[in-house]
Amino acid sequence: MLDKEGIAKRIAKEVKDGYYVNLGIGIPTLVANFVRDDIEVEFQSENGILGMGPFPFEGEEDADLINAGKQTITALPGASFFDSAMSFGMIRGQHVDLTILGAMEVAENGDIANWKIPGKMVKGMGGAMDLVASAENIIVAMMHTNKAGDSKLLKKCSLPLTGVACVTKIVTNLAVIEVTKNGFKLLERAPGVSVEEIEKATEGKLLVEGDIPEMQL
Amino acid sequence: MIRKTVANVEDALQGVEDGMTFMLGGFGLSGIPENAISELVCLNVKNLTCISNNAGVDDFGLGLLLQKKQIDKMVSSYVGENDEFERQMLSDELDVELIPQGTLAARCQAAQQGFPAMYTPAGYGTEVSQFKETREFDGKMYVLEKAFKADFAFVKAWKGDKAGNLIFKGTARNFNPLMCGAAKITVVEVEELVEPGELDPNQIHIPGIFVQRIFEGKNYEKRIEKRTVRKK
Repeated sequence: MLDKEGIAKRIAKEVKDGYYVNLGIGIPTLVANFVRDDIEVEFQSENGILGMGPFPFEGEEDADLINAGKQTITALPGASFFDSAMSFGMIRGQHVDLTILGAMEVAENGDIANWKIPGKMVKGMGGAMDLVASAENIIVAMMHTNKAGDSKLLKKCSLPLTGVACVTKIVTNLAVIEVTKNGFKLLERAPGVSVEEIEKATEGKLLVEGDIPEMQL
Repeated sequence: MIRKTVANVEDALQGVEDGMTFMLGGFGLSGIPENAISELVCLNVKNLTCISNNAGVDDFGLGLLLQKKQIDKMVSSYVGENDEFERQMLSDELDVELIPQGTLAARCQAAQQGFPAMYTPAGYGTEVSQFKETREFDGKMYVLEKAFKADFAFVKAWKGDKAGNLIFKGTARNFNPLMCGAAKITVVEVEELVEPGELDPNQIHIPGIFVQRIFEGKNYEKRIEKRTVRKK
């Protein structure tokens, strides 16, 4: 079974040379730490930067330089700044190659819910609805089950949707899963996790074809 | 050169009244119009509608207006990090319209550029598109979203000249340029106000035509919401 860092590590392998990538808050943010350094990748933050770098050194923080999680960051050589309309223009216009975000629920048709729990304080969708409505390549990073032990990979989302039929891949603490027309297709198992365990933790339709390899991290 | 300067924040906010709709630039606390917000607190105008990506924190930014119950309605994409906001929202004292961030940006830009509305895929199939017109283009569904209408836009830029030409800095740019000219009156505060000719016209982000009033702000706190650093 993977921890959050393990999930980020596995997702980092999906980041290819020449990709512009948008990382959501939480596990997705960790992905940047594990991307191979022999490929060219730029991270976009939707508040207006391409070429986002690591956190600044102590004493070098700049209130005018933050990411979408409002954390202080740095800009790498070759970075650019732009306004929010242009930022979502590059998202909506499908110029960003890969979007990685967290979720509360994903349905077997690719619907995603990650912004609202009725009856609880709602903080808002931020840029998530724009991202999932536009991106062609959306990977969800999340735990396979919630704190109560219930599956987050469902036949149908129970929470208010963020976007419809949009998720392409899911990486959880248990598995790598592709969203297909026919349901969740199991691609890889986390180290030490059996197909049966994954089946048990998946409420939606899980397609298991042949031998399922263990993840290489 | 058409001069856009006003002497101070008091002059810049002339005409602000109860019940108005304001646009306020900024993402989190980055690039917020600190001087205009302080003056709105002083003026104690009430029953405001505020269009702003976020709602500040409890004791800074728009949180200051919320503390004094000056805001009736917020139009935002994300409103975490603010206890008083949460209290007012859950007790129905505050009306909150949450909209996707890209839609917020586009509705500002539409107002600036004379588009009555535009189609976006964001929110299709979710509660955001309820009661809105939807339409298919090339096999994909879109939601019709309307341009904002506002009385004042309060914008923060890094540098500006007396003709109202503006340059923004870093990610403090965010929604600020999109709100210029998107309301009846655009009020810009800058950290540094210079003479016309001092800014390179090639480097201007927003031309002065979109700006009615500009002044040099004072006492910028530029608070950092989440200080994240690494060791040397």
